[in-house]
Amino acid sequence: MAEPRPVVVEELTRRFGDFTAVDRVSFQVGRGEIFGFLGPNGAGKTTTIKMLTGLLEPTEGRGWVAGLDVHGQRREIRARIGYMSQRFSLYPDLTIRENIDLFGGLYGVAGTRLEARRRWILEMAELQGQEGSVTGTLPLGFKQRLALGTAIIHEPAILFLDEPTSGVDPVARRRFWDLIDGFSHRGVTVFVSTHYMEEAEYCHRLALMNRGRLIALDTPRRLREEEARIRGSDPSSAPPPSLEEVFISRVEREGGAVLG
Amino acid sequence: MISRTRLRAMARKEWIQLKRDPRSMILAFVLPLLLLVFFGYAITWDVEDLPLAVVDEDGTQVTRELTDVLQATGDFRIIHRPESRQVADQLLIRNSVRGVLVIPPGFTVRLQGGRAAEIQMLVDGSDANTATIALNTADAILGRFARNAVLQGRSANLPVRAEPRIWYNPTLESRNMIVPGLVAVIMSIIAAMLTALTIAREWERGTMEQLASTPVARVEVVLGKLLPYLLIGLFDVAVTVTAGMILFGTPLNGSVLELAVYTLLFLTGALGLGIFISAAVKSQVLATQIAMVATYLPAVLLSGFLFEITSMPAVLQGVTYLIPARYFITVTRGIFLKGVGVEVLWAQGLFMAAFAALGLGLATRVFRKELPS
Repeated sequence: MAEPRPVVVEELTRRFGDFTAVDRVSFQVGRGEIFGFLGPNGAGKTTTIKMLTGLLEPTEGRGWVAGLDVHGQRREIRARIGYMSQRFSLYPDLTIRENIDLFGGLYGVAGTRLEARRRWILEMAELQGQEGSVTGTLPLGFKQRLALGTAIIHEPAILFLDEPTSGVDPVARRRFWDLIDGFSHRGVTVFVSTHYMEEAEYCHRLALMNRGRLIALDTPRRLREEEARIRGSDPSSAPPPSLEEVFISRVEREGGAVLG
Repeated sequence: MISRTRLRAMARKEWIQLKRDPRSMILAFVLPLLLLVFFGYAITWDVEDLPLAVVDEDGTQVTRELTDVLQATGDFRIIHRPESRQVADQLLIRNSVRGVLVIPPGFTVRLQGGRAAEIQMLVDGSDANTATIALNTADAILGRFARNAVLQGRSANLPVRAEPRIWYNPTLESRNMIVPGLVAVIMSIIAAMLTALTIAREWERGTMEQLASTPVARVEVVLGKLLPYLLIGLFDVAVTVTAGMILFGTPLNGSVLELAVYTLLFLTGALGLGIFISAAVKSQVLATQIAMVATYLPAVLLSGFLFEITSMPAVLQGVTYLIPARYFITVTRGIFLKGVGVEVLWAQGLFMAAFAALGLGLATRVFRKELPS
């Protein structure tokens, strides 16, 4: 196989002192896949994403992103992926254009390519003609799309989104997911964590995390079917369980508490 | 390997942020001039126009000449001529005058007879510094007057006296010492305060994580942050030096280029230290406070700027060797007043280069968790 799988993780573990935030997690993500990461707060979603994006060194286990080692090639990984976290971290005192140009420079995008990408981002975020406005004053939905734009200014093949739609209204969230869907169709792999159940439905596959462990990994449909089977209900008569129900009962069976 | 595209992007961003932050702008451009004016005018070791009362109990032509001479130097201003010492004492107590000169009866006769003629100078010792300077100044003036009087009176036994001659700062003006020292103090402030704001802000706003997710290298972040402040630092030095020359007539006898090179070395070390502190504590308020204690205060108190190092207790003298501002002040005074350069100041240069390397090293190392290379 010429192209390595976008994400391969084997027994990945991260400990902070005595606390095991991520406990021997293994999975693979295929090209163009929208891979959803679900779990209560503190389940280890963000820690896993940080290890995969080169922000955090794993304690044990192995992992490759775009064929690059998460232990020794963290800077190379960061050049190949796009990452956007729940805290939109654009510089609020810079203008929209200055933010775009800054991240363009940091990702090594310059010249006519930068101009083209800048136009594309402004169009995507619906911010044409507002390049000179200071970023801090933008409504949250626009900020979030701009942050996504700057995170993918270098057109990475793999995108990591850590709860990207937190605090955004449902309409803006819907539009955000339309964008993500579009990326996926063009072969971009999207790794996304969320705690909105309706967003989980958009994912091709879902990984459920609880207390640092991976407790389920399948397509949303098969996760629901399996839950129905466990409950012993007749699939033809009773309505199928929602993802939320799947999520809660899975976590409770694992002995965890669903918070927030 | 440093990428020029990334370095330029970082430096440009830093520059824009600096321009838009009023606090930083005040620190960078208003504070240096404010300090120069404040220190230049307020701190002085010279006596000027010191209000004086004279009790002339002799009342001869000679004593009138003597008080005229005293008045003419400009160091003292005779504002009262009370009848008695008791009245003069009251003036001193009420702070109307800072000193009282008492010329006892028979002064003229003794002086012209070639005998020891005594004169009494009372000064307000509650300000010990001014008192000492006033006494010494009066002593010098009166001594000169007495020798002249003796010569006119053709007295034979003139004692041989050493005539002190002061080099490098011939008028012994303290401002000439202040301005070069101030260059070092201002640089300490710029370095500590400005970097304390800029780095800690990245953490407080969460932008550090976004930076860390890009392929930017630690060195690029540190250098990108350093460059705009180096420029501002050099600009401030130029302004301080020029304003010092215009306002206070401080001479610049040495090479401007060498001053710039030493300034760059000092700034690199101090900025690096500021970045290190602010990255270590991750809070703007705390970083500013620590930076004040770690760089600004030693630069003012322990560098020889205000207080003579050789007069400090031995332990404190030892501590001053660890204060980079100490070396920088030696350099600025050397270049300003003596006009010397690297041929004399090479040891200071070596120490400051080591300081710059240490600052850069610490600043780069402190990001090792967030920004692996």
